[in-house]
Amino acid sequence: MTALIEVRDLLVRREKQTVLEIEHLAVQKGEVLAVVGPNGAGKSTLFLTLARLLKHERGTIHFNGTESMSTLEYRRRIALVLQEPLLLDASVRENAAVGLGFRGIPKAESDRRAGHWLERMGVAHLADRSARRLSGGESQRVSLARAFVLEPELLLLDEPFTALDAPTRARLLEDLKSVLAETSTTTIFITHDLREAERLGTRMAVMLKGRIHQTGEPREVFAHPADVQVAEFLGTTLG
Amino acid sequence: MADLFPITLLSLQVSMLATLISLLIGLPLGTVLALGKFPVRSFLLSIINTGMALPPVVVGLFVAMMLWRSGPLGDFRLIYTPVAIIIAQTIIAAPVVTGLTAAALQQLNPRLRLQLYGLGASRTQMVLALWREARLPLLAALMAGFGSVISEVGASMMVGGNIRGQTRVLTTAIVLETSKGEFERAIALSVFLLTITFLVNWALTIIQQRGRS
Repeated sequence: MTALIEVRDLLVRREKQTVLEIEHLAVQKGEVLAVVGPNGAGKSTLFLTLARLLKHERGTIHFNGTESMSTLEYRRRIALVLQEPLLLDASVRENAAVGLGFRGIPKAESDRRAGHWLERMGVAHLADRSARRLSGGESQRVSLARAFVLEPELLLLDEPFTALDAPTRARLLEDLKSVLAETSTTTIFITHDLREAERLGTRMAVMLKGRIHQTGEPREVFAHPADVQVAEFLGTTLG
Repeated sequence: MADLFPITLLSLQVSMLATLISLLIGLPLGTVLALGKFPVRSFLLSIINTGMALPPVVVGLFVAMMLWRSGPLGDFRLIYTPVAIIIAQTIIAAPVVTGLTAAALQQLNPRLRLQLYGLGASRTQMVLALWREARLPLLAALMAGFGSVISEVGASMMVGGNIRGQTRVLTTAIVLETSKGEFERAIALSVFLLTITFLVNWALTIIQQRGRS
């Protein structure tokens, strides 16, 4: 089975400090990899590096078995959702379609596709509203629709629920889980919330101080932490 | 007051053209200063910010020296022509448009750029999206640029020479009438200047506020 994305010997330094050092990380097609770790573990650096928004000093990132792809071409095969929805000062529909516009998709088609995904994310009734007048939960739903509408081969999510209140977060997590299951979108989901990781991830990677200490099915990781640091982070004991 | 119409027309033509050229210079330059990462960026921003407060008479002096018959650009015979006024006013307005463009773009969330790239934007598409996002302060920059030149008198007087029928604009005409003690004419010209400034800014404000979603 070919990994959709495979990272080898990756080194990222910022201001002469090593912030990320990953020997090997592979994500198979259709998999949802939850990357967990405390604040400052390097999760967001990993996220930005995988999105090719941050340069790495050493190592390779293969996408679909190849490394030779222009940054623009690569970015047009992925989609990302950040912690803040970062919607544009435009209507909800225009926001959902913005990535399609970048790809030169005709307006009629992009409107239709945006409409479909706004519907799927439960915000179709807000399509003509200004994005500035949405609640936090609604904004994040639009942000997710804006990503899914691109039918990305790889979806990168960086703590997309952090700013939301608990009930909104729970509902959105459920909806996202069902969309991911339905579309089989390969996803890397960055979070510091273990329950979210367990809920959404088909596999989990524990990241501490810029290194991946353990990967495996969430249940497996919780039951058998690889070392003391992982056990400490998970709040379990070595088993 | 028979010459009021040509004076007003020349004022508008000169100042609008200078503002337009300033926009063509200031929008890309302000964008590079706001988004770029290079060693002298802060220094250049300080120069631009200082340039926003350039006294028009200093600009007038500099441009006059350049365009003077014996000056380095004297062969072009531009001194005391409307073109000379446009050059001087462009030097006055360009830092205003550049500085306010940079400020407008720096006010946007820096992560918005990452988000746009992450949605597949090319560099040009990213910049266009940021301009669209900052359209209200960018139009304010345009208004400030126009305001800085339509109201200035020092540079227009020094490089234009206030020649009747050729380089006389509203502000230089006001100075002339005041120096002659013709206060009624000066007041009439002032009211006219204020009115057209208001009308131009009103039109830009309508465009600006229509941009609010």
